[in-house]
Amino acid sequence: MTVLAVKSLSKSFGGVRAVRDVSFTVAAGELLAMIGPNGAGKTTCFNMVNGQIAPDAGSVEFEGRSLARLAPRQIWRLGVGRTFQITATFGSMTVRENVQMALLSHHRRLFSFFSLSKDQFVKDAEALLDRVGMRDQAGRACSLLAYGDLKRVELAVALANRPRLLLMDEPTAGMAPEERDELMRLAAELARDSRIAVLFTEHDMDVVFTHADRIIVLAEGELIAEGAPAEVRANARVREVYLGAGAGHA
Amino acid sequence: MSYDSFVIQFLNGLAGASSLFMVAAGLSLIFGVTRIINFAHGSLYMLGMYIAVACAGKIGFWWAVPVAALAVAAVGALVEMLLLRRIYAAPELLQLLATFALVLVAKDYALWQWGSEDILGPRAPGLAGAVAIGKAAFPEYDLFLIGFGPLMLLALWLVLTRTRWGTLVRAATQDREMAAALGVNQKWLFTGVFALGAFLAGLGGALQIPREPATLLIDLSVVSDAFVVVVVGGLGSIGGAFVAALLIAQIKSFCIGLGFSQVTLVAEFIVMALVLVLRPWGLLGRVPAQARGPWTAERPLVPPSRPALAALGAVAATLLALPLVSGGYTLVLLTEILLFALFAVSLHFIMGPAGLHSFGHAAYFGLGAYAAGIFLLREKLPMELALALAPLVAGLGALVFGWFCVRLSGIYLAMLTLAFAQIAWSVVFQWDALTGGSNGIVGVWPAPWLASKTAYYLLTLVVCAAAIAFLWRALYSPFGYALRAARDSPLRADAIGMDTRRLQWAGFALAGLFAGIAGALYAFSKGSISPETMAVTRSVDGLVMVLLGGIQTLTGPLWGAALFTWLQDTVARNVDYWRAVIGAVILFLVLAFPQGVTGFVGERLRARDA
Amino acid sequence: MKISRVFAIAAATFFSLGAQAQAIKVGELNSYKLFPAFLEPYKKGWELALEEINKAGGVAGRKIEVISREDGGNPGDAVRAAEELISRENVSLLMGTFASHIGLAVSNLANQRKVVFIAAEPLTDKIVWENGNRYTFRVRPSTYMQVAMLVPDAAKLKKQRWAIVYPNYEYGQSATASFKKLLAKAQPGVQFVAEQAPALNKIEAGAVVQALADAKPDAIFSSLFGADLQKFVREGNTRGLFKNRVVFNLLGGEPEYLDPLKEETPNGWYVTGYPWSEIKTPAHQKFLAAYQAKWKDYPRLGSIVGYSTMYTVANMLKRAGGTDTEKMIAAMKGMEMDTPIGPIVWRPIDNQSTMGAYVGQLANKNGKGVMVNWRFADGALFLPSFEEVRAMRKD
Repeated sequence: MTVLAVKSLSKSFGGVRAVRDVSFTVAAGELLAMIGPNGAGKTTCFNMVNGQIAPDAGSVEFEGRSLARLAPRQIWRLGVGRTFQITATFGSMTVRENVQMALLSHHRRLFSFFSLSKDQFVKDAEALLDRVGMRDQAGRACSLLAYGDLKRVELAVALANRPRLLLMDEPTAGMAPEERDELMRLAAELARDSRIAVLFTEHDMDVVFTHADRIIVLAEGELIAEGAPAEVRANARVREVYLGAGAGHA
Repeated sequence: MSYDSFVIQFLNGLAGASSLFMVAAGLSLIFGVTRIINFAHGSLYMLGMYIAVACAGKIGFWWAVPVAALAVAAVGALVEMLLLRRIYAAPELLQLLATFALVLVAKDYALWQWGSEDILGPRAPGLAGAVAIGKAAFPEYDLFLIGFGPLMLLALWLVLTRTRWGTLVRAATQDREMAAALGVNQKWLFTGVFALGAFLAGLGGALQIPREPATLLIDLSVVSDAFVVVVVGGLGSIGGAFVAALLIAQIKSFCIGLGFSQVTLVAEFIVMALVLVLRPWGLLGRVPAQARGPWTAERPLVPPSRPALAALGAVAATLLALPLVSGGYTLVLLTEILLFALFAVSLHFIMGPAGLHSFGHAAYFGLGAYAAGIFLLREKLPMELALALAPLVAGLGALVFGWFCVRLSGIYLAMLTLAFAQIAWSVVFQWDALTGGSNGIVGVWPAPWLASKTAYYLLTLVVCAAAIAFLWRALYSPFGYALRAARDSPLRADAIGMDTRRLQWAGFALAGLFAGIAGALYAFSKGSISPETMAVTRSVDGLVMVLLGGIQTLTGPLWGAALFTWLQDTVARNVDYWRAVIGAVILFLVLAFPQGVTGFVGERLRARDA
Repeated sequence: MKISRVFAIAAATFFSLGAQAQAIKVGELNSYKLFPAFLEPYKKGWELALEEINKAGGVAGRKIEVISREDGGNPGDAVRAAEELISRENVSLLMGTFASHIGLAVSNLANQRKVVFIAAEPLTDKIVWENGNRYTFRVRPSTYMQVAMLVPDAAKLKKQRWAIVYPNYEYGQSATASFKKLLAKAQPGVQFVAEQAPALNKIEAGAVVQALADAKPDAIFSSLFGADLQKFVREGNTRGLFKNRVVFNLLGGEPEYLDPLKEETPNGWYVTGYPWSEIKTPAHQKFLAAYQAKWKDYPRLGSIVGYSTMYTVANMLKRAGGTDTEKMIAAMKGMEMDTPIGPIVWRPIDNQSTMGAYVGQLANKNGKGVMVNWRFADGALFLPSFEEVRAMRKD
């Protein structure tokens, strides 16, 4: 079942065509990696999907519904979760409170003045933290966490609204190599268990080829390859682009 | 308006713009690099004026100008090295508190050194006369100023673009962390920039003495003008400051020329509000990089411990029982402390947890006070009803202004709140029929059963305690958490479906409503209301209370309000130079307890517990 | 502020060797920090009077003790200071204040707390008329009175076209309104061709001067003072606004505002003021000598006001035979007394004193401003009739 359908997406910045006619889909329970050398248009493409940038042409459909002109928060309400390249969490709150915020928002309880926030959705929050292995740190302040743990918290937050699509921008950026694998294994597991479609961008090719079900490759704004890891690895054009751009990444 | 007078008014505007530009450029530079809102910039200008006037008699005007400017630059460098350098790492806005204290000290110093009488400086030798332009005469000195302003702009531009130091300044303006990473010696860069900013302020002041007397009142009026220019032009943009100075000076000049002189009371603030609403980063400003906070993140909110609750309860009980043993003035002073505590807590509600720095919170305090007076005297409502309805007016005002304000953030938001407060103030000041104009409204007394000091004190105690309890409680509610979420990470808040603007808007209106309660109580406690009730000084008092207590603590504003009100009352009664004393006390507190007094105590308690 | 208190106590101990009745406490408050230029001389005035009164034995064998307070320069703080004086210091009455809105706020409090208040400096007409109350008495001639003193000269000159400039707040507004009303009555058909109302202390003098010149007036009426006046005068001089034009400036001859003008002092302006060096009446000579001996400085108008306020208090207490509020109010009604600038009467109808002012013209003598061709205008002659006052007062 297709969850996300991107059709003919294009975007120019001051005459430079950053993204040209890119189309792809992500199915439920599938991990799709979007890769490409620097300047290939990954970030632009990604930000058009999540609503931060409006495309010049093309469409983004989530479960058959256009996401055009929707703000990030409206997109989230439809059932799309996000993590950021540089983690964005609420530093003055504990881990549990971070997750509770997402749950409160999901249940539309933000404008409640009289209840106590700490009593809300405690079980749900701890269940989510359990899933990402952060339950034992639930009471710690987010500002004190190690970076890898912050990433997990973000993941728990992103899962709070039971998303059917998860957008992860460079999920392992800034992490130690051994942590990366662990995090991605966790993400993949969650996605498959809950039938969540995942679109992620990633620099680390080990991560990509180990965990993605499918890969799309962008170069100079265009989609140049698409397929299972083995196919993409064998693709001559991809090799050329990557080797040409410096083999250091792979 | 004839052609001649058009030309003259245009030239008047140019001359005014030159003086305005120099102070504003200094302020802009300082803010751009150090992120300090230098409240004392007008005081540096004032010092420049006084020093120039004092020297002009001995060494002549033209020598007095550079001497004064250099002296003020030295003062600026000293202030930076001895004071500000110690508190760069403190929570934001604490530097503002420090510079506010400097304003108080500088004013009393000038009074002590140069006396109370205005001093009109000499005319500039060689440029004392006027030239004929059409049928009108135009001062030669003003022509000199018209040329001097752009020359200074050129000089600054050369320094900033053609020297290594200037490159560093520009780099630091755009990205402070980046500049630090590049190995820039920040200490000396900051000192240098502060000295240059002070130099420009001193120069602006010194050059002004042939046009206006040195007075003790000039500091605040100059600094507010300079702020407006800087914000309208775009923070950190020297060219923007020039354009904005030109725009504002011309608008004032032509308002007068066309016979709308009353508008000059508020013209610049209307311009600022319009610019901030339509072009939030100023005319030539750039969208600022997402600030990465230099201060340590706030701790998670913990529910008050039992002992803490018991202590608060004991305080409340003591206050409640107080009329049994004490009467008279103690109750009057406590009434005032209580309602200012509510005012400060309501300001803290949006400043701290919501991260919306309001420089114009007095507007809602004043709206509440005026609404109470107007309901009582003009609408002839019973006092109890007037007291109950007045805060709604304040809340409504906050709802209207807040809608615009929450679209901005940081210093831009602060300046927009200030602009709205000034506009509201000027409406109150001018609307004689409704508000009694500058004299205000008298005869706003409570109903007979509340008229005694004891009864009114108890009313204030009950209302303020309940209101403060509600606001504190609200911080523990999902709404309070949502406000902190929107402050901590707007990006994340947005990504989990939170409508941050609506949340902040609601928070802003709520804070306005509660400030209105304090204002209405204030009106009935004084029996009269005047425009000062909502003047910018009252907003500043609120800021001082919040920062003094510690912005990152919950009870801080309460103690800050008590301390500040008590200080003012006691010191003003016993000391002649009370402003300087209060300034010195604040400076001491800022240096000793950069987290605020309550923050410091809390820190100690935690250290003991750990 | 402390000093006067210490002094009073010291004086009390020194002069009274036998059993001494308790001193009468008088509460005084003013904006000493906001308007130091006007209020330092004022304070010296009442301190001098206090010394004289206590030296002469005080009132009915009791010394007077003045407890002076800074009022913070705003009505809210002033009311708190007044409350403190009333309830903690138990003063028998209040005196002081300078700015109109503060005077009104304290007067309003005096009415509520039923305490006598002798308003020293506020000029606003409202404090004795629209917002007058039975507890409040005002010493200084009001805005209306001083305008009325200038109008006869203005009417005599038969100038057709008048331009007006005033600071944009109640004092300037009511000065302007009174001037227009009174002049139109005295000289039917007079035209008011321009009005400029710059914000207090923020005049854009060049632009204002040009705008006034544009209207081609024959005469100008100004109620500017302080820094605004200095800027206006300098710009006007440079730009030739005052050439061949008659200018009237309310308060312009008060030393507080005249002295800083120095060599800029324009010649021939009509002003109200206080030519302290030229008043040769015995009462003033005596005051002047005492003042200069004590303070090594010359008096300003504020000194006269402070001095007279203190004597008003003493005379009232004498007449009332004590500190009973109702008796003090009764004593004030119609009370006659001397001041350094002539005898005054306290009008029963509106609690306004009939203190007058000096009306004359400015002259620049060797780079110093002085008043010439001056005469004393008795305040009693420039007050509205009892009927008019009755219509304005609400009590």
